[in-house]
Amino acid sequence: MTFEYAPAPESRSIVDIADSYGLFIDGAFVDTIDGAQFKTVNPATEEVLSSITEAGAEDVDRAVRAARRAYEDVWGPMSGRERSKYIYRIARLIQERSRELAVLETLDNGKPIRESRDVDLPLVAAHFFYYAGWADKLEHAGFGPSPRPLGVAAQVIPWNFPLLMLAWKVAPALAGGNTVVLKPAETTPLTALAFADICRQADLPPGVVNILTGAGATGRALVEHPDVDKVAFTGSTEVGRQIMKGVAGTTKRLTLELGGKAANIVFDDAPIDQAIEGIVNGIFFNQGHVCCAGSRLLLQESIADEAIASLQRRLGTLRLGDPMDKNTDVGAINSAAQLERIAELADSGDAEGAMRWTAPCQLPDRGYWFPPTVFTGVTQAHRIAREEIFGPVLSVLTFRTPDEAVEKANNTPYGLSAGIWTEKGSRILWMAARMRAGVVWANTFNRFDPTSPFGGYKESGFGREGGIQGLGPYLNTDTMDYDNAIRIGFGVSEVAR
Amino acid sequence: MSERVDVRKTYKLYIGGAFPRSESGRTYEVARSDGTFLANAAKASRKDARNAVLAARKGTKAWSSATAYNRGQVLYRIAEVMEGRRPQFVADVQDADGCSPMQAETEVDAAIDRWVWYAGWADKLAQVLGSANPVAGPYFNFSIPEATGVVAAVAPPDASLLGLVSVVAPILVSGNSIVVVPSTTKPLPAITLAECLATSDVPAGVVNILTGDAAEMMPWLAEHADVNAIDLTGVTDDALATELERSAAGTIKRVRRPEAGADWYADPGLSRIRSFVETKTVWHPMGV
Repeated sequence: MTFEYAPAPESRSIVDIADSYGLFIDGAFVDTIDGAQFKTVNPATEEVLSSITEAGAEDVDRAVRAARRAYEDVWGPMSGRERSKYIYRIARLIQERSRELAVLETLDNGKPIRESRDVDLPLVAAHFFYYAGWADKLEHAGFGPSPRPLGVAAQVIPWNFPLLMLAWKVAPALAGGNTVVLKPAETTPLTALAFADICRQADLPPGVVNILTGAGATGRALVEHPDVDKVAFTGSTEVGRQIMKGVAGTTKRLTLELGGKAANIVFDDAPIDQAIEGIVNGIFFNQGHVCCAGSRLLLQESIADEAIASLQRRLGTLRLGDPMDKNTDVGAINSAAQLERIAELADSGDAEGAMRWTAPCQLPDRGYWFPPTVFTGVTQAHRIAREEIFGPVLSVLTFRTPDEAVEKANNTPYGLSAGIWTEKGSRILWMAARMRAGVVWANTFNRFDPTSPFGGYKESGFGREGGIQGLGPYLNTDTMDYDNAIRIGFGVSEVAR
Repeated sequence: MSERVDVRKTYKLYIGGAFPRSESGRTYEVARSDGTFLANAAKASRKDARNAVLAARKGTKAWSSATAYNRGQVLYRIAEVMEGRRPQFVADVQDADGCSPMQAETEVDAAIDRWVWYAGWADKLAQVLGSANPVAGPYFNFSIPEATGVVAAVAPPDASLLGLVSVVAPILVSGNSIVVVPSTTKPLPAITLAECLATSDVPAGVVNILTGDAAEMMPWLAEHADVNAIDLTGVTDDALATELERSAAGTIKRVRRPEAGADWYADPGLSRIRSFVETKTVWHPMGV
């Protein structure tokens, strides 16, 4: 039997979106010097939400100079104890405004309100709360007795978790005593601009956080600005390569969190119902717009048919549609360009001989949509088994022995995450040790926490975000730079703060 | 009775636990600091570098899956074997650097002690760099450091022994394997070191030493898809370092940038070890 659901839409009256936005530089919204304007749309309806500024090179320079001044005059010399309280304020403001931010995120991104409300926003606040507490305890973090900030951090983030990625970047940077120039993704700028307002409410000193909206050119100008000390990027491996080339030969520190093609491995003794939920969460959470998505399902051969049947049955109950509806499981694809990429890769699955299965669901007339899709009969040579799709498309492969599962799971240039489903504890640890991946979820998938380091092996990038390990990329622990710290105004006693 | 003619050594490469000549058949002349002839060293080629990466990939499999206790003992064993050949190292360093016997002894002693220092780290790293993470939910969650994989490194041109050991040891301690280009003009202590490595239970392929010109070999290694990280400590040419870092971006290799004028006698700290480890985080639900 099927259940009819009455619509349960979240109200959008809680958000107040301006017709247009400037750039947030040195504590105030300002007009661009040499930039342009572009539109941000609701991907579920194609409705234009606002006009956004595309920052030009001069805007970038102005923002970096503001961040430098704030670093040298205010934020760098400030004691960790005082910095810490500013970051706690931010965490609390996010909690206070979380309903508004969740609605804004869903309108701009297309993800279900249930996810932005129950996953994104709680994690955003938790991330600031966690790193706030580090700001006055850095000397206990294991990076030597007197870790110091790096200076100005240039941060470029993607559109899949707009505010959460901002939190992952900004919170550890501020805790370490750095100032920030952050560029949100061009299709999802609204929550970053709302975050600027939170900085204002927190009375964060001007210039400590600067938000520059824009596209690729703005990002490039930012990471290549000569007065930037640290570059942090989350996004595609291709852009990560370009950024790495761009910072080569400089003294800029770099961390990259790039693409993935995670294996989700299910053994024949796995608790199958739990595993099916994990598989669904692994690839259809956030429409599969997740770098650590479990996009390659590796099923032990003896249970493959049964598992695929269960999976298809479960996918038949997923509700795709209005992201603002509280019952919606699968929202909109973030942009027309992304939809095109997903469709092209899925077509290659057909062309290369895999079998496509599409969840029975009706797609809305307007907006960007792709139904949950499962490919069976996939080989390791297929593009859908090798390339990151970044959409709700699952490729199913099979294996017979644990060794074969390890071999297939690691047979990718990526190494961000992996999933293991089995009731046998010793096998979990044996498998986990052999996964060339930064995060291994055993009998669970897609769990995140501010205390838990996240980041990749191999071409999924380097550096970690989250946990004590996530502080290191924002601290200068080299004795060689000690003299420089003195020169820019850190007294010896302050160095040890 | 005529004076005995000494038996001189042929200096070769060290790849996969063996001592081959360069496949290119090339050698170059190594001189003492006063310019007199010392020996011919093998001049490794691009093909030798590729062979070394192949050996290193095999090496890291065995080495990274050994227990930390075992790795610590093997690294300590290197110090033991070097201590037994101390006079030879002193002579090598003196020839290479043209320093006084006392200075050479100081460098050799520091190099041996450095192995001992790093040997002790093998079974402590996971406790110092790892963590149990108090996530907000019913999950057990921990993070551990693991080896990055195959590292291609350039040892510093000065401090022919101590600089080399200071680059190699921190790469090995976590389970990485290494393809290293020692000082071009002072390569002989590196080959003596290789003879110690070959008799210290270091698995074949874990350390591979290519004498010759780093500027010739490193561009291939920086591009090589089966190299996970490059250590440019000994690269003195800024343009070359930039080019290598750019090439490394092709497969997102970890890069440690050049370090001119490093004080090799200073406390090394954990920085070099950190450069060549990955953090792996494992989650599991808790429940009954």
